[in-house]
Order: sequence, then structure tokens, then C-alpha cells
Amino acid sequence: MDPTEARLQKLRGRAMPRNHNARTISALATNPGCGRRALMDAAGADKQKLAAYTGYPAPFGQSQFAIVRGNAFEAQVKENGAAQLLSLLREQLRLDITEAHYSDLGDVGGNETSEVRHARTKRLLTTVDEKQGTMFDHPLLRLRVGGRHAYLEPDLIAFQLHGKCHVVEIKSFAVIDGQADPAKVAAAAIQSAVYVLALRDLLGEHKVHDETILVCPENFSSKPVATPVDVRRQLTVVKRQLSRIARIEDLLGCCPDDLTFDLEADENGIPRRPAREVEAAIRQVPANYAPECLSTCELCYLCRDEAHGTTAALGKPVREELGGIEYVRTVLDLARGAAPPPETEEVAAQLIRAAGIRAALL
Amino acid sequence: MTLLTALARALAAETGRAQPIRTVRHVHLCDRPLVLIPLQLAGEACAPLAAMVGDDRDKPRMLTVYEPRDRTQRFDFAADLADVVLGYIDSYTTADPPSEGPYPDAPQLLVPNDGGVSFTRLLSRSTRFRRTEGEYAVRHTVPLLGRWLNFYSERCEAPASALLLSMTAVLADHWATGQSATEDASLASLLGWIDPPPGMTGAAAARAAEDPVRCPPAGPATDPSFDNEVLAVRIAAIRTARASGDGAALHRAQLAMEAALRTQLEPTWELMWRAVGLLRVLPPGGHVQDRWQADRRAFTGHVRWLREGGAPAPRRDGAVPAARKLAILERDAQRLAVQRAFDDPLVLAEYRLTGEAFAGVVVDAQPDRLDTSGKRAKLRPRITVATGDEVVAEPGVKLVSSTRPKQNAVVVAVTDDGPDTRVVLELEGGMGHSLVPPQGSVPAVGETVTYTTLRDDFQPVPTFPEIADTPWTHGGPPSAYVPKDEDATEEWS
Repeated sequence: MDPTEARLQKLRGRAMPRNHNARTISALATNPGCGRRALMDAAGADKQKLAAYTGYPAPFGQSQFAIVRGNAFEAQVKENGAAQLLSLLREQLRLDITEAHYSDLGDVGGNETSEVRHARTKRLLTTVDEKQGTMFDHPLLRLRVGGRHAYLEPDLIAFQLHGKCHVVEIKSFAVIDGQADPAKVAAAAIQSAVYVLALRDLLGEHKVHDETILVCPENFSSKPVATPVDVRRQLTVVKRQLSRIARIEDLLGCCPDDLTFDLEADENGIPRRPAREVEAAIRQVPANYAPECLSTCELCYLCRDEAHGTTAALGKPVREELGGIEYVRTVLDLARGAAPPPETEEVAAQLIRAAGIRAALL
Repeated sequence: MTLLTALARALAAETGRAQPIRTVRHVHLCDRPLVLIPLQLAGEACAPLAAMVGDDRDKPRMLTVYEPRDRTQRFDFAADLADVVLGYIDSYTTADPPSEGPYPDAPQLLVPNDGGVSFTRLLSRSTRFRRTEGEYAVRHTVPLLGRWLNFYSERCEAPASALLLSMTAVLADHWATGQSATEDASLASLLGWIDPPPGMTGAAAARAAEDPVRCPPAGPATDPSFDNEVLAVRIAAIRTARASGDGAALHRAQLAMEAALRTQLEPTWELMWRAVGLLRVLPPGGHVQDRWQADRRAFTGHVRWLREGGAPAPRRDGAVPAARKLAILERDAQRLAVQRAFDDPLVLAEYRLTGEAFAGVVVDAQPDRLDTSGKRAKLRPRITVATGDEVVAEPGVKLVSSTRPKQNAVVVAVTDDGPDTRVVLELEGGMGHSLVPPQGSVPAVGETVTYTTLRDDFQPVPTFPEIADTPWTHGGPPSAYVPKDEDATEEWS
């Protein structure tokens, strides 16, 4: 085992590693400056459990109604060798497919390692009959994140036709009169872009389409509708953000050797280490909190607590309007006439004027 | 985000209490608004689960869908909601629409957040095309409710309209909290900052409000743990009771589900009325009534349209109505910005910081000054304003004062005077026709004035072709929209 892998395993402790998925990668890509998230994800640490144990339970969860509905819709589209999906691709996207083979790569017996499964995905995807369309369900992909391979178990179908691959994503949010919730579409597009990148890593740059296919229920029914989504812009964004994530080795270099997020439990299922100790361990790795984390990262409340008193906690627009000054305290001191350092003279003058006007009017 | 609001957020973070960012209320608030809090089943596009609705704080009406996936029960919910909403609207239209002008007042809908607005729009979409006879018939009030909800959600897109308001949006527009906009989307958290319970800071109240057990979300999405731990059990009990044919058990199970949902709705109901109370204390801005009049006109127009048997709004606008709507929205957004600045010195202050306005004291005035350079003498008073604000306006630029919007002030000279700047202005208009200005029409020495480049001029909406003349570039004239069978029988599953 290479030393980095050993360090990461130590960080994770005895917990089962959690694999990356497109959701975690896109969350990481929205905040590439967060070393804490990058490191914990690379180690496969269970952030949700850690957050709950340290007293900062994640503010989001999934309703079983949403899960049931999502699974039912997906199962329906994939039923009978993805018959519904095939007719969608034929009729709505006018793809010239006479027949298509459906192959579920998620069906594996035994405890194969990610490397083995990935190798099989690669073998199957690169040796298909080009004349016939093939749909590969649950391929195991891999992507370089922070200089290391992260395995992805995406819930997607890689649809291969005439030697080119399309990413097909099945989502259960509705498209009503041709329009869907923009936030959900944006999230789906970013996730698809992550898959396109990973597939390109596997098959080569020109073997994967930058137009992905989004399958959603139409209007208020459960009838599927397919929409082509051009993800070229998202590809650029994800690539740029991934390149900004620090190298995992560098992040490890800044941490003490004995750092671990281990939650080993005693015979009653209660972690042996006190919560405060675990929290202190987490705080050893610097984070980069932004309010956007509140909807994407399980540790957000812990980091928000830490960011108390910073302008970043008030949101990027506020921080920018305040000239990028880091602390609320500094902002208010400047507004009350404290002598500014040379680089904030202009902001300070504006703040004094704003504070003066506010005071005069209220 | 403006510097003043950012500063107010910093102050709120320091003091632990929300800070006012407006001196007046910029939206109209009815004497008797209708509060509507919808809940929907997670994972579905628009599956109503429950609602609390009413115009009397002490008498909320609660509606529950015991089997949210059952089509018939959804339409029963829509019909029950229609009874309340249409009953409320009807109380404003007891007389026929006036032959000229709008009704004296209009009904106003308040929902907790933007999600509530979206729910209103989706519920309208899934009900307004339904038929009241034949196969898949629904109660006659269902499509009518859909058409009203469509009217309200469409008006909500107009920035100046107050017919349907999202409470978090209105509150966040009037107060700055010491948290981010993301967190402000929670009604309970926002109100925690603005109006914390005695002995608690706003910051602490907002944090406490993040506990979904203590403060359930304000909908339409429910708390996932509530779904998993409570609601799922209640729905399962109803299914079991129904399957067993035990009427008494079914009734008990239904009561239990209703009680569970009530715990999710009641806290928000209280928050909504508390918010109404907080807003009512603020004096309304000067232009609020003008904008409400436009709302009343729109409302009256819709009553007329319905009474004359007009068709429901199509699923999507055609090219001409869409272009016209967009032009009106843009014009209104601009006018709204100017009106808000004129109504509220704190809003105007934002323009002072960017150099688009300056405030100062009149230090010299020549109210009787005549311009005799032409054939006839013209009344052109001059005033000199001393201001500490930054002045970017150059000679020749036309300004107006928020208190005398009909009077133009042309910049004649701008000179530095120590820490102050002196601006000489030549006034024109708003002084009658004689050569002597009426009392008060020219700012007097010692008066505090604000001049700005903002103008509340009437901008006519550009003319668009008739629908029948839609150019080929935009698909040519569309065929008239007639609700089709498929609209009426569309699945709602």
C-alpha cells in the first residue's frame, strides 16, 4: 500500500470507506478551496456520522417518499432491458437505433475491489460491437481528484452508439410544459459533466458526447421525457474547479501524522473517543466555509460555527461589497473610523460614509 | 447587494439583532389578507399534502390529503381549497365591477416563501384546464380556483405587484440579518433575527429555529425526518385501516394524520401573522398606494374577463403576449426602483453612495431669477446646495429632487468648498405659469434637499403587433388556444 493510501486509511479509521459519487464531486467542485472536504472525501470518511456525533447534525436528509418515487421512476424506465428508454431515444431524440443491448455492470457477485470492477467496465466499454447500440448501466468510473483516483459509482447509463458514448441520467423531478426547476436542472447538468469527464478518462476525449440526455417525468405524470442537455459549459467549470483542488499529499503534509477521524465503537455501539476530541481532530484541517455549503456538505454546521464573525459567513456578495475584509469586527472598526491599513483605505472611506448616512437617517 | 445593506448585515451580526434597511414599508398590506401555507409530498411535482389557510388568525382552516397519491383526493383538496380561496375573493366582488376604474379593494394572498409561490403556480397548472362534466369531471370550483391561482402567480412575477407576496422575500427586503441570504430563506430563522423572544438574541433565536422539531419548515417541502418517522407511519395506518374496511379505525387514523400535519403547519401559521404585524407597524411608502391601484385594476380586469367567459390562460404564452409582458416587467422594475428611492431616504442613500444622488442643504437661493436671454423672460430660479456627498454630475446634467419630481434641476456649476461640494442648480417647471414662483415651489435657504439622476418618467410600453400579425420569425400567428381534451384529462399522478 502506498504511504498516502495508508495515511488516508488512518484518517478514516475503522469505518467502511465511502466512495465518491457525482454529487460529492460536484459539491467539492463548488468549493475547491475547502481542504477539509477534499481530504475527508479522499479518505472516504463518513462526514454525516462525524457531523452528527460532534453535535452538528447535517441539516438535510432525504424523505423516503422522494426515494421511493425516484427508485420507482428509474425502475420503470429501465424495465425490460430499458425498453422505455430505448423508445425515448428513438422517438424523441431521433437516434437511429435498430436494436440495443442492455447490460448492467452493477451485477457483481462477491467482494470485488473497485480496481477490478473498473477494469471490467473498461474492457466491456471498449470492446463493444459498434454497429449495435449498447446501454451500460452502473459502470464503475474513476476520476482524478486532488491528484488521486476517486471511484465513482454513478447511477447512469452510458449509451454507446456508432462508437460514441452518451451519458443518460434519470432524474425524478418533473419537466412541466417543457420547463423544470432551474436549480435541479443545473445540479443534474453538473453531475452529468462529472460523468462525461470520467468516461472520457476511460474511453478517450472524442469517444464521449458533450451532449448528455436527461430523462425526467413529464408534467404531472410518470411518463418519461428525454431532453438533450449540452454540458460543454459545465465541463469547463468542473475541470477548472477540479484543477484548483489542492493535492491530497500536500493537504496531508499539513496535518499531524497521528490525525484520525476514527469513530470506533464500544460494545454498546457508542464511539470510544469523546465527541470533543473528534471535533478537535476535524478542526485541525482548515475549511473554507461558504453559505452554499449548507445545502451540499454534511459538516456545514460545524464549519459555520467556526466561521462565526467572518464576512464569508454572510455570503459572497456581502463579503465582496465589504471589500473582501475578512472579519465583521474589522469592517465595523473601519466604519467607526479606525485607522485603515493602506490596502483598505478606499473601502474604509466608503464604509465611513455609509455608516454616517445610516446613522443620520435612523 | 449594496454597501448599505452589507454594512447593516455586519451590524446585525455584531448586535445579534436584525437591522432595518428601509424606513417605510414598500408593499401594500391588506386589512384582511389571506394566508396560505401549502405542504406537498416529497418527490412529487405537485402532490398536495395539507394546507392551512384563512384570513383570520384565530380561525385557520386546515385541509388534509390522506392519500396524497390518489387523484380523486387531490381534486377534493383543490375543491376544498377553492371553497376558502374563492369565498375570500368573492367577498371583494359582491358588486359588479365598476363601469369605470377598479374595485375599491382587492384580495391579497400571502405565502411563506418562494416555494409557496411555485406551488401556487403548479397547482394552477394542474387544475385550470379541468372539465366539470363528462369523464374525469371535477367540481366546478376546481378550474376556477386554477384560473385565479394562475392570475395571482402571474402577477407575482411583476416586481411592483403586492397581490401575492412571499413573506420571506418581503421581510428580507426590509431587514438585514447577521446571516446569509441562504439562511434568510427560512421564515422562522429570519423572524428569529427580526423579532426574537424576550431574553434571547436574534442570532440565538435564529439558530434555535433551525431545529426542525421545534420549528418545522414553512413548506411546501416537509422535514425529511418528519416524513420518515411520522408521516410514513400515519399514511401506512390509513392504508391498513382502509384495506381492512374498519371505518372507525380509518377515522382514527385520519385524525392522527391530521394531528401530525397540524404540528407542521401551526408554527408557520403563527409566524405568518407575527410577520404581518411587524410589517403593519411600518408606515407605507408614498407610492405604495399607486402600485396597489395598478393591482386593483389588474384584479378588476380579471373579474371582468371571467364574467365575460374569457378562456383560461394557455400553458405557455404566445410570442406577442410574452414580448409585451416582458416589456411591461422591465419598465415596471425600473419605475419601482425610482419610486422606492423617492419614498425612502435609506434607499436613496444607496444612490448617494454610488454618486447617482447627493443630499445637502440649500445655502443660497434666487427664487425670482429670470432668464431674459430669449424673446420672453422665463422664470429660472437658481439655488446652491452644499453637500458632503460625492457629486459626479457635470454641468448640463438634468437632475430631479425626490420631493419635487416634476421640477427639473440643471447643474450649472460644481465647485469644491473644503470638505463640502457646492452645486449650483437652475430650476425649471413645477412652479406654475407666472413669473413669480408659488410659496414652497423653490427650495428655501436652510432646506435639506436630495437631487438625483433617477427619473420617474412615464415610459410608454412599445407597441407590439396584434396577435394575428405575429411575424413569421416568431412562428407566425398562433392558432387560438382552446383547452383540449388532453388538458382536461391529463394525468396527475
